[in-house]
Amino acid sequence: MKTWLKITAIVLLVYVHTAGLLMDVPRLNILNETIRALYFHVPMWFGMVLLYLGSVYYSIKYLRNPSHELDVKAEAFAHVGTAFGVLGMITGMLWANYTWGSPWHGDPKQNGAAIALLVYLAYFVLRGSLDNPEQRARLSAVYNIFAFAAMIPLLFIIPRLTSSMHPGSGGNPGFNAYDLDSRMRWVFYPAVAGWFLVGLWISNLRLRFKLIQEKSSDTSI
Amino acid sequence: MKNWSARFLTTALLVCSSLSTWAQEVEMADTLRAEGKIYVIVGIILIVLAGLFVYLFLLDRKVSRIEKSLNK
Repeated sequence: MKTWLKITAIVLLVYVHTAGLLMDVPRLNILNETIRALYFHVPMWFGMVLLYLGSVYYSIKYLRNPSHELDVKAEAFAHVGTAFGVLGMITGMLWANYTWGSPWHGDPKQNGAAIALLVYLAYFVLRGSLDNPEQRARLSAVYNIFAFAAMIPLLFIIPRLTSSMHPGSGGNPGFNAYDLDSRMRWVFYPAVAGWFLVGLWISNLRLRFKLIQEKSSDTSI
Repeated sequence: MKNWSARFLTTALLVCSSLSTWAQEVEMADTLRAEGKIYVIVGIILIVLAGLFVYLFLLDRKVSRIEKSLNK
């Protein structure tokens, strides 16, 4: 990963954490200052979806043209994406406790996110249960496509068909529901970009660590 | 023309006054900001972020070093 991308991530996130706490936000009842969760909680989910998208991209690439590195890349992206998802879940539960009244409200998007995370946890269970590297790479690449295809309706379609309390749900036109104040976009989009770059960075470290691990165990035999 | 601008000014004033009264009804962390202590929290969060990035950079450097020594 290029150094300028890492620097960009740092600059974006320093800006996001300063402006996100200090800039004016719409004054709304019940939400109060917690509307700022848009800057810190939502980027975790956007980061997760983007990292999973990267993972499924490498899985498809692997199936078209198998190579060991593509398999390790797909695993690294899915791993960091899941970490982002867990953080999104915990921050969402803390927020829901003070705005919806309880950490787990059975909101369709919340349930869908939990199921999506479980589907991805099964991806790691599948990988861990196969010893043959080629079999593991091929089967998990196929499963990864299924997992991604299951996540999209769970997060973006089902909550819209029912009445989710998340913005942009319950038949509303997607992202415009956030548009309480378009100034919020000036912090929200940099937050998504910054956290996604950090996710890429950690995935890259994990990929290199895995390759070193395999290389050093090869030479020691 | 004069009539139009007068009408516009009155509307603008009315909108502003209604907005400001509406804004005062909702509780926000105004006191905290007035006392300036919100910057303490911003500082704390930025220190945590800085620590995270220093950690990532050091880890990155370590991995690069091992990669180099393995490729020799």
